[in-house]
Amino acid sequence: MPELSRRRALTTAAALATAAGVPSALAPSARAAGAAGHRHGSPADFDEVYRGRRIRGTSSAAGGHHHHGPGYAVFVDDVELHVMRNADGSWISVVSHYDPVPTPRAAARAAVDELQGAPLLPLPSN
Amino acid sequence: MTVRKNQASLTAEEKRRFVAALLELKRSGRYDEFVTTHNAFIMSDTDHGERTGHRSPSFLPWHRRFLLEFERALQSVDASVALPYWDWSSDGSGAWARSSLWASDFLGGSGRSRDGRVTDGPFAAATGNWPITVGVDGRTYLRRALGAGGRTLPTPAEVESVLSMSTYDMPPWNSASDGFRNHLEGWRGVNLHNRVHVWVGGHMATGASPNDPVFWLHHAYVDKLWAEWQRRHPGSGYLPAAGTPDVVDLHETMRPWHDMSPADLLDHTPHYTFDA
Repeated sequence: MPELSRRRALTTAAALATAAGVPSALAPSARAAGAAGHRHGSPADFDEVYRGRRIRGTSSAAGGHHHHGPGYAVFVDDVELHVMRNADGSWISVVSHYDPVPTPRAAARAAVDELQGAPLLPLPSN
Repeated sequence: MTVRKNQASLTAEEKRRFVAALLELKRSGRYDEFVTTHNAFIMSDTDHGERTGHRSPSFLPWHRRFLLEFERALQSVDASVALPYWDWSSDGSGAWARSSLWASDFLGGSGRSRDGRVTDGPFAAATGNWPITVGVDGRTYLRRALGAGGRTLPTPAEVESVLSMSTYDMPPWNSASDGFRNHLEGWRGVNLHNRVHVWVGGHMATGASPNDPVFWLHHAYVDKLWAEWQRRHPGSGYLPAAGTPDVVDLHETMRPWHDMSPADLLDHTPHYTFDA
């Protein structure tokens, strides 16, 4: 599957970047690899407490294990939330899948609203 | 022959048998396999990667095949059952409480405000018959928030505006596309299908949306709109025809069944007809 191999390449590039001490955003080679699939650069990292829960977003792909990750991982209380970027740059998550919002932070906040305090279950690891 | 009827015209006996068949599929574990399949496709269909069930031309034939599979499962329990459809455009978004769909002898009503829990009808958690086991969080009760936040369902005029689009789908064959499929799916324009998921809320707004039985009635109507579109545009066919990376072309078989292509599913009449 081409998608899998591209993601593996992205993840490897990100891991190399991390090892080389490149902060936060993906290394240029990884960003170029991602540009074939995603028109926009990776959004900014965030880390905040929203309605009593810690929400965090990071472009470090090594931190997540998405099925088809955008090279960006979102966490609610340290459990990964499956998010996806649409072609127009908007975002959705698996708990609010039919309602695009402008940023991954907005997707994380929408998830917290939807969860009403319930813990997320870890993503299946297949 | 299976005849899919408007849910609003079902008799009490038809509702009772449909509900009983749903509960039996749930009890046997077969229901949750459908939820799992849908969620897996939701999470893996991406705009710039392989895409089959959603955000792609095969959204319509994939869901037609998925509903056929589900309807056959229902019929293995009770051969008299057919999937009803929910015409949300004529059901009145502001007046859902008066709709027979959400009455306690059919799907039950909205969730209570505190936690979204559906508390009446055959699928309320208190019955013990509808445990939610496939989802992204640990809540085991069916949730809804019908029309929350003042959201509205698509109007007949909005449906009409989408049915009038003569091209089935267009490059880039994803959520950014112009054309009938993506406007019906709702990633672009007046937003039909997606908006209904959001309007129902609760599980219907998530990737595990088939946890709510209204999923099938919603998609049976989306499927009927595809048939209506074909009737209006007899010269327009499924696109793309061939050779499109990551996208299901007309004659390519679809995962997870690998036994039918979009071409095999364009005509619903070998499988079922509609009441009108």
